Amino acid sequence: MVDDLYQEIILDHSKHPRNCHAMEDANRKAEGYNPLCGDKLKLFLKVENDVVRDASFVGSGCAISTASASLMTESLKGKTREEAMKLLDRFHDLLTTESEVGRDLGKLVVFCGVREYPARVKCATLAWHTLKSALNGAASEPVTTE
Amino acid sequence: MLTESTARSQVSAILDVEKIREDFPVLKQSIHGKPLVYLDSAATAQKPYAVVEAIRKFHEVDCANIHRGVHELSQRSTAAYEETRGKARRFLNARNKSELIFVRGTTEGINLVASAWGRKNVKAGDEIIISALEHHSNIVPWQILCEEKEAKLRVIPMNERGELILEEYEKLLNPRTRMVAFAHVSNALGTVNPAREIIELAHKAGALALVDGAQAAPHMKVDVQALDADFYAFSGHKVIGPTGIGVLYGKSKLLNAMPPYQGGGDMIRTVTFEKTTYADLPYKFEAGTPNIAGGIGLGAALDYVTAVGMDKIAAYEHELLLYGTEALQRIPGLKLIGTAREKAAVLSFVMEGIHPHDIGTVLDRQGIAVRTGHHCAQPVMDWFHVPATTRASLAFYNTAAEIDALAAGLLKVKELFS
Repeated sequence: MVDDLYQEIILDHSKHPRNCHAMEDANRKAEGYNPLCGDKLKLFLKVENDVVRDASFVGSGCAISTASASLMTESLKGKTREEAMKLLDRFHDLLTTESEVGRDLGKLVVFCGVREYPARVKCATLAWHTLKSALNGAASEPVTTE
Repeated sequence: MLTESTARSQVSAILDVEKIREDFPVLKQSIHGKPLVYLDSAATAQKPYAVVEAIRKFHEVDCANIHRGVHELSQRSTAAYEETRGKARRFLNARNKSELIFVRGTTEGINLVASAWGRKNVKAGDEIIISALEHHSNIVPWQILCEEKEAKLRVIPMNERGELILEEYEKLLNPRTRMVAFAHVSNALGTVNPAREIIELAHKAGALALVDGAQAAPHMKVDVQALDADFYAFSGHKVIGPTGIGVLYGKSKLLNAMPPYQGGGDMIRTVTFEKTTYADLPYKFEAGTPNIAGGIGLGAALDYVTAVGMDKIAAYEHELLLYGTEALQRIPGLKLIGTAREKAAVLSFVMEGIHPHDIGTVLDRQGIAVRTGHHCAQPVMDWFHVPATTRASLAFYNTAAEIDALAAGLLKVKELFS
């Protein structure tokens, strides 16, 4: 029924989110907000020599946004800033275009079902909007999906 | 406590709901392979054939601009449009037809008062009172006014059931209070406010009272004279009419003393470059070509609900609400948000550990339409410390079987996410 959206791995990451904690020694932080549903997210990054050494988040959101943040933080570790930005673009394409599902997205391909649910695309992209803000430097205001 | 079967038969005894459902074309479809269960009437209600037909007839047979032209079509369209004003008068039991102003909806009605009445009558240091359970449309226009005039916005608090605390309200009233603006029924919680009492207290303090009737007009008999409301606004589309048309009621002496809201055609008597004189009520507040088709459609909608009977609608929905409340309370981990003793047509709830958006999506795949989110009432969500709720809202075309489908759907939601 809704298995195309709520794939097992998404349910797993929403019930047991990975890297879901604040980070004391983070050197990049950003906040994301989806005013449509009230979802809030804080992202913490430790970036050294242009490489994301560690990533974590805290926040409250739906299964899709929580799983997205969880899987994103997993996939970021070890990526350079440029690689992370490229991944962000690829992920965005996965959700919004009819293009061929990218092999280099790894586990993130489980979100391909979201494109059939236009009202839920912003749930999946909240963490990634926040990532962009964190990588682009300090934003004084929370980034929003609107 | 009623048994389930007793309650169901009680619900169905009040109205011939199957016959009513025949009149609503939208309800006859399947969504994702399941029969549509439409539980989002507080957002907008579905329309019967009579409304669709009235709008079609206007466009196919009578289409012309109103209040101008001596030709046959213009006279027909003017008559049909103005007839709705009379129907709206009867619907609200206003004294006079000229006290009913056509607007786009409740939001514009409130903005009209905040702007036209507020600009003239509110000064620095004055106070406007609203309540903790308001929709954004009855918050923001007053905030804008207060900011502009350096007036103060005060808020009647509510208790954990979602009922306004009248003792606190009385303490807020003082000689600087100019206006008390409140919802007759809360869209997010379903609370029915004691409108008569709130208005009486406002009047005693020398203030006026505006009632946001968006969620009351579809569900109960409204009598603006019995309430002694100074202003009362409702939206056509929530009373099974089309979108883009609504009604603002105002007492003649107040409307007469107010400056116009917008300038343009239809609202004037004479225009020269030196001076313009304004038309009498209600036209003074109706600048430009209005939503003629919408007005005519609203007339058909008011005819329909009047024929069914607002008292019967209220009684039927009350039984359905009780049935729904019991059905939802049986679901483990579900908490109703808004449990006022006087409630109408709204079942707002949260489920432990499951976000409303996920609930909404899973229900949608079973053909069940509910609203998820903050319901344009963010302060209400903040008060209850929830980011959002799921809201099933009822209309007189809903059935006890649809409540059962909702309950079954919610059990599937639980299964998936726990």
